[in-house]
Amino acid sequence: MPVLVRMTISGRGCDGVKYSYYPGCSLCSTASEYNLSSEAICARLGIELQEIPDWNCCGATSAHSASAYLSVALPLRNLILAESMGLDMVVPCAACYHWQRVAHREVVEGTPVGRKANEELTEVMGRGYKGTLQIKHIMEVILQQQVLDLLPEKVVTPLAGLKLAAYYGCLMLRPAEVVAFDDPEQPQSIDNLAKALGAETVRWSAKVDCCGGSFTLAESGVVGKLTADIVSAARRGGAAAIVTACPLCQANLDTRQKENEVQMPVFYITELVGVALGMPEARRWFRKHIVDPVPLLEELGLL
Amino acid sequence: MAAVGLASLLFAETGQVTTGCYNCMKCSSGCPVSFAADLKTHEVIRLVNLNRLDKLLKSKTIWLCAFCKTCKQRCPNDIDASVVMDWLKSKALADGIAPALPNIPVMYQSFLQSVEKLGRVYEAGWIGTYKIKTKTFTQDIKLGLKMIKRRKIKLLPGRIRNYQEIRKIFACARKNDNIRKGL
Repeated sequence: MPVLVRMTISGRGCDGVKYSYYPGCSLCSTASEYNLSSEAICARLGIELQEIPDWNCCGATSAHSASAYLSVALPLRNLILAESMGLDMVVPCAACYHWQRVAHREVVEGTPVGRKANEELTEVMGRGYKGTLQIKHIMEVILQQQVLDLLPEKVVTPLAGLKLAAYYGCLMLRPAEVVAFDDPEQPQSIDNLAKALGAETVRWSAKVDCCGGSFTLAESGVVGKLTADIVSAARRGGAAAIVTACPLCQANLDTRQKENEVQMPVFYITELVGVALGMPEARRWFRKHIVDPVPLLEELGLL
Repeated sequence: MAAVGLASLLFAETGQVTTGCYNCMKCSSGCPVSFAADLKTHEVIRLVNLNRLDKLLKSKTIWLCAFCKTCKQRCPNDIDASVVMDWLKSKALADGIAPALPNIPVMYQSFLQSVEKLGRVYEAGWIGTYKIKTKTFTQDIKLGLKMIKRRKIKLLPGRIRNYQEIRKIFACARKNDNIRKGL
């Protein structure tokens, strides 16, 4: 039930496209530049995001490790809140996106966990989830044809000369029947958007590999090896930087590179959209990175 | 050893048909953490079918699973090994078996405590709790300071307005689910 009243491709943007917005916990802390850039580019492209009031944590890896019920019930509260706004949900975080979609599916398919969680949340919140929402990753929103059609007019700094390794990671691709975002083994959406912005994407072997996710704290050695493998695969592929659409992937790749080696910047795709749209605030987003991407962009004359 | 076969118990509680496995090892080949695991993914499934709960509950693998779903995506018999790992974690905690990688359940526990109290994750708080419990204060101090300097970690917690609803959700989980003991 998208409140997609009228779609006019005008000089201003996609008028009338409105979504409920679920930033999630990472985007309020370690991935604040992902939040800032997502909101900024959507505003520039005429996509209206209304933050879901009083949203809660989706539970991430910890919830399902503790209880299958919790991993459905926590995101379900957000779905109920968004449904009462009457707006389809947009999520930039791959893990939040995954768990919101899992909860939706469990309720719609009427699994025992889904039924139970919905019954009990109806008691807790006074209303249940009817299953009417569409839950979209922010990439899906930007890759809609009407937004792509706007890009040639809106892009003021084509990302010419920027060679990127598009990195997808795990939870926005797998399992395919839950997230249905892109091909689980050979995804192309980030590549396509990067190309639409004028960048070049390389062929490389690690685009769907896992970065180790939340183990960065408890098993930093494991995450160190996984991220080193991903970064060196990107380098072998000829990339100057990595681009991702997940706060955990970005954090692990950005923070776990060895200090004594040449480091590779790791962008959020929304930041690159911002650069291409010529948004001066991009420099503020980049100040939050551990590996500074500004020298690379300046060298190419993009910033 | 349980009186009921482990494979049928797992099927009843998770819906996973582990007996469909024919050991093609696609799961282990694609597993990102297999280099650090003591049992490969296909071995876990095999041990389930052989009713070797004792060996499984003591393994590192059940804790190391990153839940990336590569195994599930590639399994020709549609077995989701990550769900099997989750079930085994809960079993290990419920049976009081010391986790082979004790820091990982402490991490999950610290994270969830923050969610239960505030409705959202408060990084400085839950990471602090985790570090006190695991005595890993010195690890990543430099990185932590860089994150604070870049305002990527908030120093003060924030709580959602209807935090009581979250506490009720946790109470429901404790009441009617096999919420893992100690988590």
